[in-house]
Amino acid sequence: MSNELLKIKNLSTSFRIGDEYYAAVDDVTLTLNKNEVLGIVGESGSGKSALAFSVMRLHTKAKIEGEVLLNNQDIVTMPKSKLDKIRGDEMAMIFQDPLTALNPLTPIGGQIEETLFLHNRKLGQQGRKKRAVELLDLVGIPNAERVFEQFPHELSGGMRQRVIIAIAIANDPKLLIADEPTTALDVTIQAQILDLIRELKEKIHAGIILITHDLGVVAEMADRVAVMYAGQIVEIASVEKLFENPLHPYTRSLLNSVPVEGQDTLHVIQGVVPSLKNLPREGCRFAARIPWVDASAHEENPTMHEVESGHFVRCTCHEHFYIPDQNEEKGEQSNGIS
Amino acid sequence: MWKFIVRRLLVTFPQIVFLSVLVFVMAQFMPGDALTGLIDPNISPEALEIQRERLGLNNPWYVQYVDWLGGLVQGDLGQSFRFKMDVTALISERVMNTILLSLVSLIFTYLIAIPLGIISGRYNDSPLDSAITGYSYLGFATPIFIFALVVLWVFGFMLGWFPTSGSVAPGLDAGSMEYYISKLYHALLPGLSIALISVVSTIQYLRSEIVDTKQKDFIITARAKGASENRVYNKHIFRNSLLPIAAFFGWEITSLISGTVFVERVFSYPGMGLLFLESVTGRDFSVVTALVLLFGIASILGALLSDIILSIVDPRIRIK
Repeated sequence: MSNELLKIKNLSTSFRIGDEYYAAVDDVTLTLNKNEVLGIVGESGSGKSALAFSVMRLHTKAKIEGEVLLNNQDIVTMPKSKLDKIRGDEMAMIFQDPLTALNPLTPIGGQIEETLFLHNRKLGQQGRKKRAVELLDLVGIPNAERVFEQFPHELSGGMRQRVIIAIAIANDPKLLIADEPTTALDVTIQAQILDLIRELKEKIHAGIILITHDLGVVAEMADRVAVMYAGQIVEIASVEKLFENPLHPYTRSLLNSVPVEGQDTLHVIQGVVPSLKNLPREGCRFAARIPWVDASAHEENPTMHEVESGHFVRCTCHEHFYIPDQNEEKGEQSNGIS
Repeated sequence: MWKFIVRRLLVTFPQIVFLSVLVFVMAQFMPGDALTGLIDPNISPEALEIQRERLGLNNPWYVQYVDWLGGLVQGDLGQSFRFKMDVTALISERVMNTILLSLVSLIFTYLIAIPLGIISGRYNDSPLDSAITGYSYLGFATPIFIFALVVLWVFGFMLGWFPTSGSVAPGLDAGSMEYYISKLYHALLPGLSIALISVVSTIQYLRSEIVDTKQKDFIITARAKGASENRVYNKHIFRNSLLPIAAFFGWEITSLISGTVFVERVFSYPGMGLLFLESVTGRDFSVVTALVLLFGIASILGALLSDIILSIVDPRIRIK
């Protein structure tokens, strides 16, 4: 059997605005191997979360096209009853905001027990309770017995995120999607949660998709990285290659935007990610934000090119891209305005 | 949670005391006093003054208040000059009727409103939801007294399925089985009339709450756990959407006491609402005072009940 756990083929997820559908995830193809951590990075609005929700089929009002094969079962087309058996069991998700992701009226224990109940009827009530307390222990919650009885509002954000992680790993999923698991937490707690995920990675042997906009987190945790921009993957490579030899202009701009000690000005990528409705549908989607690169450098229909084994990049514009001097860039901007 | 309930009860007590002072003072401002309704025009003002002195009506207000409160505690609410009987006896007869009627309408209301609200919220913007919402608008716009008249005319007079007035058939022994069945039978039609109109607010509350809760993050968590849609709705969305309905329930209880004036009038149903209306128009002050006090206490207790129910269903309310 192959080592492939998840295979996403030409996945597009579109949302309706007015009378038309707009793709938030556009023609994404990628694979995830067993026990591998794939980082997905990109700015807000680049479609990272939309991609994660599509893999879990959690969108309620989206049009999904393409294939999402988890162990060769297509998530997109399988009947809902089968999907319910897989969700929470073979694949699970850690959510962005721990403050709202737990049911406010149910004690912590009950929320963990629910996922055990749904996928393992043999466990019985005693077994479920025992396992739930074990899980709370496993995710590093002190006083697990007591927390079992408590309600979400009695716990801090970090503790709640640990509970959400406990729910996600309850049935030993093969695929774990962590959708910006630390965004809503403060910095010290972020580090603890990441340590926890790293620890668990060794214990549960799951393929992990880690969605984040924190490049430091990716560098530390991921085996491979996919960079998303405007709904597309623009570059995908092993973490070493991506950080050593970033190619796509967007990846390079992103890496250049990480604050470095001793550098007094921060590199800023011009402009913002265009909204779903205003996304350029033709040509290189990043072209508008690197106006100093000649238009002829872009492909008409940018495709993925394998520059090295396992290192793919979209569009040919990376060959002509350079990061302008900060002052030069400012000059260009003001020229553009005047 | 017990701490919360005890604390809440402690707040309730001064509220009731304050209410009684307020009601007493307002009663003092009303023209006339306890003797006004009883006097014979032939009695001389001097004799009247002696009576006033004897009854303590010339005492300062706080002394009178304490007297009044003392009577109140012993269940003495004074005399109704219109009915020539004790106010306590008069009210206790009516209060049972009103409680029965309100219970019947409350049960009908929830039996109708909860399923319709759930359907409307779960399948929002579907034709079924539009139909239910359409009915809600119609219900909001229909005056209850017109609707009750139509119901009375159709089911009471034309079809003859239900009695058209009173709270019990004449000639039955109080306490017999037939008596209670007759009581219930008399409450059905007015109860249903109230319910069919009052469901609309509960339906809309529940609908908007469900539509709101549907989009919460913890619903996504539930789906991601592998809960089926039915389970998501029944276990997660429904319970969270019931909070405002539960909070409202205490206020509904208040109406158990105060009754519904219009429907009681249309169905000539001898309840509290009707009694209040008659006493106000008949200037039966001792009854009005007693009723205002009773309604006030009922709303304070209703609020108390709302808070207690809410603290039971919503763990976030409980004080540590």
